[in-house]
Amino acid sequence: MKLKIIAATVAITAVSTSSYAQSTGKITGTEFNPAISLILDGRYTDIDSSELELPGFQLGGEAGLPENGFSTGHNELSISANIDDKFYGFMTSAIVHEAGETEFELEEAYIETLKLGSGFTIKAGHFFSGAGYLNGIHDHAHDFTDRPLVYDAFFGGHLVDTGLQARWLAPTDLFLNIGAEVTRGTEFPGGDNEDGNNGLAFFAKTGGDIGDSSSWQLGVSFYESEFDVREAGGHHHGGHGDEEEEAVDNELLDGDVNVTGIDFVYKWAPNGNSKKKNFKLQAEYFVKNETAEAEFVEGEASAEASYDGEQTGFYVQAIYQFMPAWRVGLRYDQLEADNTTTDFIGGGVEEEEFLEESGLGAEDDPTKTSLMVDYSPSHFSRIRLQFSDLDNGHEESNDIITLQYIMSLGTHGAHTF
Amino acid sequence: MKLSLSMITLVLVFMSAHASAALRVFTCEPEWQSLVETLGGEHVKAFSATTAFQDPHYIEARPSLIAKARRADLLVCTGAELEIGWLPVLMRQSGNAKIQPDEPGYFLAAAQVDRIDIPEELDRSHGDLHASGNPHVHWDPYRIITIAKALTNRLIMLDKENTTHYEARLENFESQWTQAVTQWEANASQLKGSNVIVYHKNWGYLLNWLGINTVADLEPKSGIPPTSAHLAKLLEIARTSKIDFIMITNYQDDKGAQWLSKKSGIPVKTLPFTVGGTKDATNLFTLYNAIIKALTRET
Repeated sequence: MKLKIIAATVAITAVSTSSYAQSTGKITGTEFNPAISLILDGRYTDIDSSELELPGFQLGGEAGLPENGFSTGHNELSISANIDDKFYGFMTSAIVHEAGETEFELEEAYIETLKLGSGFTIKAGHFFSGAGYLNGIHDHAHDFTDRPLVYDAFFGGHLVDTGLQARWLAPTDLFLNIGAEVTRGTEFPGGDNEDGNNGLAFFAKTGGDIGDSSSWQLGVSFYESEFDVREAGGHHHGGHGDEEEEAVDNELLDGDVNVTGIDFVYKWAPNGNSKKKNFKLQAEYFVKNETAEAEFVEGEASAEASYDGEQTGFYVQAIYQFMPAWRVGLRYDQLEADNTTTDFIGGGVEEEEFLEESGLGAEDDPTKTSLMVDYSPSHFSRIRLQFSDLDNGHEESNDIITLQYIMSLGTHGAHTF
Repeated sequence: MKLSLSMITLVLVFMSAHASAALRVFTCEPEWQSLVETLGGEHVKAFSATTAFQDPHYIEARPSLIAKARRADLLVCTGAELEIGWLPVLMRQSGNAKIQPDEPGYFLAAAQVDRIDIPEELDRSHGDLHASGNPHVHWDPYRIITIAKALTNRLIMLDKENTTHYEARLENFESQWTQAVTQWEANASQLKGSNVIVYHKNWGYLLNWLGINTVADLEPKSGIPPTSAHLAKLLEIARTSKIDFIMITNYQDDKGAQWLSKKSGIPVKTLPFTVGGTKDATNLFTLYNAIIKALTRET
């Protein structure tokens, strides 16, 4: 007994002589530096049509639907580490295989300050914007196999661009985080611009707890860009139809675009212990305004018009983990487009045909309802079954059934709220 | 003379103003909040990110915690990857330079001591393993002394003016704790050689200290909830060997343990895992008291 105490005392002396730097230890998930993580995503999809068409919305970025049958989704490879005592670095890329080709897509590559202090942090590089709630969360950590319709229609998947972000956290017990971003403004819904700095975004988030069991976050955001040219056309996964054989040029010129949004998340777990049971309610609403000169050329025929669009979109989703490892979720999506085109000049194209072909002509409001159930045998694996009914307001509804796996290797992922 | 007197007054006023600014301490778990409050007294203002009813491995970097971390002078967490799922994000989002890993405001309790259960093979087919070993070091009273000493050094580093205060409090804590340990060891001597089934490697240090044998784990693999196939295996073990009791914490799902208990007749002891886990467990002393009492109680 006495001996034990003495031994402990000896150990204390040994520890106390070493500096704090030597005794801090590590909290990283791996013995390696940098931390490496790989997400494997595979799926089987039963879908009526892989062509995503949303009348009233010119698509861009990665907006699209999965291929019928087997496919691999975004296999994400991430590398991150503290670069030194002042900077943190992160890169994640998606390795996508489709139509017989393997593509390497850069999702994010940025550095971030660690030691500015006073609540300030600066991020530089290629990053997901802080606007919106789901925007900053990588697809593998989403609760459904696909992104909400409004993210695909308004941001081409995610609002992502290259530039600078500065954010500040208020020194208050109530969480208040505000941020501003200056970016190239060339990524959808922006477009090519000479300056390469036309993108601007602002966001503010607040949140807190309600007792031990609940917590919430509320955010507002704004994005704008000006562009010389923006080509329409999403990233049609597997949608290489024969009708596109003839050269089609569908673009907006001298455009202005802005998006204003509000997002809300509420999470509940009994006593804040989410392992057994938990519930999450999440909703986002965006309004997008854009004006531009629309130009449409198909072979010899062409048309142009002045375009002024006001579009809104929202989704509401609820996820319930009713027992360890098992969750169910329901999501409802809706979009609405109010587009005006004036000064139409057609050269071999009727106005009605122009509106339909350019994607600017709105029809009924597109909606989507999704139901999912997933099973996570461990922290690192998840298998999900999802049923979605997509009604784009134009054709018959598109039923989509997806069976998906998402698995994580390497570093133990740390996710934001 | 008059000048020097006013100088002294000025210095005293300055010191008292400074002294009133207590160190803000962000702790990840209630045991460290309790320890830092015991060691710092009125010179610290501590907060715990988790309660005794939460599993610190499974919480998120939620807004209220980021706001707390923003203003902390010192962060005291377990480390050894226990908080890996949220602490790195929390620290990066806090915008607080003082609590970054190379600063004195960053203190990991498990890093101050050596740890048990360090896996020889890091393969997740064995479950969610902590490469740095078992993080639940607050269940070894001797390691607590080591950690208390290191934490006191850290408090002194951050608040030199109150060095004597911290030294006195440590000395006081050490003597009281050492005395209490002797008492606990005497009270728990009957437990030596008992056989138990546990739920997760939560109790490793405690069981080693008290000389209790772990026969089986309700988790088939670390971090994986009990499966029916695994429970059937445990029932077989329970029937063929002498098991004294099943130990679970009061934040864990007790379904598996209750099923096994009902089938085998082995009692379940549902225990507080940390400070605040029961009404009596208001600090580390009363937590240990509660545990020793619960373990030695006839069932």
